[in-house]
Amino acid sequence: MGMTMAEKIIARAAGVDSAKAGDIHTVELDRLMSNDGTTHLTIDMCNKLKHPHIQDVNKLVWIVDHNIPSDSPKTAASHKKMRDFAREHGITFYEGEGVCHQVMMENHVCPGELIFGADSHTCAYGALGAFGTGVGCTDYLYAMVTGTSWLLVPETLRFNLTGKLPEGVYARDLILTIIGRIGANGANYKAMEFAGEGLKTLTMSDRISICNLCVEAGAKTALMEVDDVALSYLKEHGREPKALFTSDPDASFAAVYDIDLSEIQPIVAKPHFVDNVVPAKESLGVHIDEAFLGSCNNGRIEDLRVGASIIKGKKVHPLVRFLVVPASRAVYKQAAEEGLLDIFMEAGAIVMNPNCSVCWGSCQGVIGEGETLISTGTRNFKGRAGHRDSFVYLASAATVTASAITGEITTADMLK
Amino acid sequence: MGKLFRFHNDVDTDQIIASQYLLFPTIDEMKTYTFESLDPDFSKKAKPGDFVVACENFGCGSSREQAPAVLKALGIKAVIAKSFARIFYRNAINIGLPVIVCKDLYDHVQDQDEMELDLEAGTIVSGGQTFTCTKLPAKMQSILDQGGLIASLNKED
Repeated sequence: MGMTMAEKIIARAAGVDSAKAGDIHTVELDRLMSNDGTTHLTIDMCNKLKHPHIQDVNKLVWIVDHNIPSDSPKTAASHKKMRDFAREHGITFYEGEGVCHQVMMENHVCPGELIFGADSHTCAYGALGAFGTGVGCTDYLYAMVTGTSWLLVPETLRFNLTGKLPEGVYARDLILTIIGRIGANGANYKAMEFAGEGLKTLTMSDRISICNLCVEAGAKTALMEVDDVALSYLKEHGREPKALFTSDPDASFAAVYDIDLSEIQPIVAKPHFVDNVVPAKESLGVHIDEAFLGSCNNGRIEDLRVGASIIKGKKVHPLVRFLVVPASRAVYKQAAEEGLLDIFMEAGAIVMNPNCSVCWGSCQGVIGEGETLISTGTRNFKGRAGHRDSFVYLASAATVTASAITGEITTADMLK
Repeated sequence: MGKLFRFHNDVDTDQIIASQYLLFPTIDEMKTYTFESLDPDFSKKAKPGDFVVACENFGCGSSREQAPAVLKALGIKAVIAKSFARIFYRNAINIGLPVIVCKDLYDHVQDQDEMELDLEAGTIVSGGQTFTCTKLPAKMQSILDQGGLIASLNKED
């Protein structure tokens, strides 16, 4: 019996010839990412160990992104704890460089690696053929001390992509469609693997967006075959693959879905669940107070180009705050060079430093009681973006920008 | 015997503890805000030995370990659901908070009912009825038995 990509990566990390879904293996981790959402607690637990220890400091990457710059003395204290510990132990440390997953994709992730991230959207790394999975700080600390962990080998849901996304339809519409179809726990404990001719039509930005959101269907990880698009991204960023894996033709999948990209249309996920999706056309006219273009899901240069092309020469609706938050410093600089930031600012948008922003509801831009946000962020849970009685709609960069202009949910084609 | 607090499907970790409290220095400072969006008085009403009962996919969303940690800090004895999201499940076991799959309990109890859990026997008694729980996988049971994952780390010299 052949193996899936997920099985092959785990077998490699476990130092065994083969692995199959349902097995439990002790694995050697290649990389360990942690951010300011939980690292202060990890440090406290580490300091209480009988024998505090870091197995290999080179595996660790710590990134302050969730609340940067800090919003309160309490946050500042947690950041200081993280900064001081990183400096003391020589841990690779980023602060203000961007949202953790974007920073990881730009600087660290290599195909074939097994990566733990103390953040659920670590599954984004599958866009480069790496097995990334989210863990809590106890699992993180165990891996930090021992370099290892244990993993249940997941079953795989395989998505065969064909065709090409229509103009004005984006990767985000595709992954929201898939999550709507399989549900918020449709991939619980499973890997979601994407393959097929349709994958070749998707840019790296598209691929990151797709893999990143798979945890919203409960997935343990997301994986894509590494092709020329991924290899050239890697080369541009000065890295080499560790190992290239594809699923064998006779690999066993828990389910196989055939998705024709040409049939996807603009999608909106309504409050308060990511799988609560409808065609954007069915949500038109919903009043919004704020719009957010950014996040690890949709804050890359490609997304800012989409937004800028729609808003160029137009104005943000006077009753709307439009937050534009590039996902990393690299994206920010490129957007500045291309004149995109000027376009956003002339339109009346608020352009902010790279961070997790309102996507996680505890940075700048949180919304108040009864307010509605349309967002390219990752989640629309109740209270996710601020007050417990507020509302979040998820949509593509195009739909978010169009809505910022009109003050109500609007698709970009309606502005032409 | 403890009281049970009954929640619905797809309770995400943002509902258990919202983002704005996660960077507080300690779990004790966060626990007052447990389930704030669903029941702002939860932390006042819940007593040590009480239980959380839910339907499917409890703990979906963020990997924040603060979610099981605030429940444990409030003295919640166990979370019983029809199913759990995987990161929450793993985090809870890692910190020694029992998370128990029981397919039948949810449909037969009301919020604030009394219940008792026999963790070893894997049974729950509530309203005169006995419910059988699904056994923990052996790996998870061994982590729970030794008091969480960090306890195992302190044993390894």
